[in-house]
Amino acid sequence: MDTAALLIIEVLNGIASLALACAGLAIIFGMMRVINFAHGEFMMLGAYTTVVCTKTLGINIWVSMLIISPIVVGIIGVIVERTFIRFFYGRMIDTLIATWGLSLLLIGIVTAIFGNIIEGVSAPMGSFEVGVYNVAQYRMVLIGIVILLFIGVFLVLTRTKLGLIARGTMQNPAQASVLGISTQRVYMVTFAVGAGLTGLAGGLLAPISQVIPTAGAAYVAQTFITVITGGTGAVTGTLVASGVFGTVRQLLSYEFTPVLGGVGLLIVAVVMLRLLPQGITGKIFRRSL
Amino acid sequence: MTVLGVNLRSWETLGTALVGLVMLVLLFAGPHIFDLFLLFKVTLFVAMAILALSMGFIWGYGGILCFGQSAFYGLGAYTYAIAVGNIGESTGPFFLAIIVPAAFAALLGYFMFYGRLSDVYLAVVTLAVTLILYNFMRSTAGEEYVIGAQRLMGFNGISSIQPINWPGDGNALFFPDEIFHLAMGCLILCYFGLKLLNRSHFGRVAVAIRENELRAELLGYDVRLHKLQTFTIGGGMAGLAGCLGVNFNSFVNPDVFALNFAAEIIMWTLIGGLGTLVGPMIGCIGLLMLKFEIGQQQITNTYLIFGGIIMVFVLAVPAGLLPTARMLAERILPGAGFGGPGGGGRQEAAR
Repeated sequence: MDTAALLIIEVLNGIASLALACAGLAIIFGMMRVINFAHGEFMMLGAYTTVVCTKTLGINIWVSMLIISPIVVGIIGVIVERTFIRFFYGRMIDTLIATWGLSLLLIGIVTAIFGNIIEGVSAPMGSFEVGVYNVAQYRMVLIGIVILLFIGVFLVLTRTKLGLIARGTMQNPAQASVLGISTQRVYMVTFAVGAGLTGLAGGLLAPISQVIPTAGAAYVAQTFITVITGGTGAVTGTLVASGVFGTVRQLLSYEFTPVLGGVGLLIVAVVMLRLLPQGITGKIFRRSL
Repeated sequence: MTVLGVNLRSWETLGTALVGLVMLVLLFAGPHIFDLFLLFKVTLFVAMAILALSMGFIWGYGGILCFGQSAFYGLGAYTYAIAVGNIGESTGPFFLAIIVPAAFAALLGYFMFYGRLSDVYLAVVTLAVTLILYNFMRSTAGEEYVIGAQRLMGFNGISSIQPINWPGDGNALFFPDEIFHLAMGCLILCYFGLKLLNRSHFGRVAVAIRENELRAELLGYDVRLHKLQTFTIGGGMAGLAGCLGVNFNSFVNPDVFALNFAAEIIMWTLIGGLGTLVGPMIGCIGLLMLKFEIGQQQITNTYLIFGGIIMVFVLAVPAGLLPTARMLAERILPGAGFGGPGGGGRQEAAR
């Protein structure tokens, strides 16, 4: 019984952290079609922001994670978008090489400033007991934050004028600009929001993951695979795909080894794309977002 | 003047002849002009150039964006290492290192092309397969992971792999200069083989599919089979590169399946110029040399310089080196026909 409860918590936690890591990419790649190979490095920047704010500046960890990390990475996103990324819109494959260069540069800059290692932060709050097991409260809070985050993103995209303009511009930029919308500004804001969400993910995952300059590499492949398997409905698709992959990975990791969990995730992705070549939202939930 | 359908006066032919000449000179003069250390390095470059060729072929001409070309390289490398560890004579392993990756490419390609996966979805599946191999190979350190007499060794990698020997005589191992000759010979064969293939009916259909898949299909060509064949050829060639790459330092570890290496192959092709064969080779050797050079200096870290150079490059030369050079030449000498049949592939494949 205890084991079952623990397992459910583990699975939910796996889904939450995967969905969290994917949120920003769902916007930047899922909606804008910019292959952001520097996604993992944006997360790494978010994690470093949290670590530096908490350890060096002595700011409260919640403020660092939830407010400062997204703002800092969002601003970095704006700078990068204006000076670099905007030259590559509509050239999907070129963005791949451009952002690959960017990811190496960001790793280089962070290594030059902070060196190869930095003292990490520990998770706030204590733990509670599930039968004979101890579970960190932070992991439960994380699940709650991710749920709120996705509800928030969904509401902004569907219920606000800003969301409508963003979706319209991504669907048909020419039409949107004819209607008097500055598509350049929409792209800039959307990219900044995507980067901010990625920074938030990096900050929130900092206490439960390794913070090193090359930490981003671990996320790039699995987040891209998740978002692409999700299909055209960026938000719903990412959530459903995270649900499937997170469950598979966590259950296999529990039963066998974490390595097998990772392998299982990839195998399920390959099989799913064979069955649903247009992604999950290409077939099911077609009218979703 | 045309011979066998080749226009002897075109710049394209002249370019091909020039590339062939350079390779031939290197083949014979290589061991004399390079010292031993450099010769090892050049042998690795040649193996990587074959890998770049295979990518340039399946992506630039076949329109297949495979994010896991390194998987076939790695399979070739591991196949050779395992087979030679068991057999002890390298003729069989050498050919196995081509056949096994090609068969794997055929199997994987069957699922992908007959499932009508395309574009970015195909890229993801190939990347996922590469990472599966990466994760699997890294977890094979235990003694239970043995194929015949050869342990897989997990993330430590297989070392002291026996180099290639003269066919039939397991004791007559190749010297470094002979391995260089072999690698260079393979590169020349691959380059001209692909050149011929691209001029043949098969190659023209491949380009037609790249340009417009639906139209090619409506004209009666079996697009799925054609793509599968292209992919299989590319896989076998990458396997050959892997076999030669192992011979460079008698060592292979799971990093050949890592994300970084997979991405690098794509970068070579993009930087050199998609839709050409020479371009990817230039991009490959250029980037590798740059990496070696940056790795040797102590002023600042490798990532910073490498990343910066790539960012500046992609802004300044977005079409890739070779197509840009052609464009410049065309501007200086209008109407000289620098375009070449493979030119302009970048935009098509990028869609």
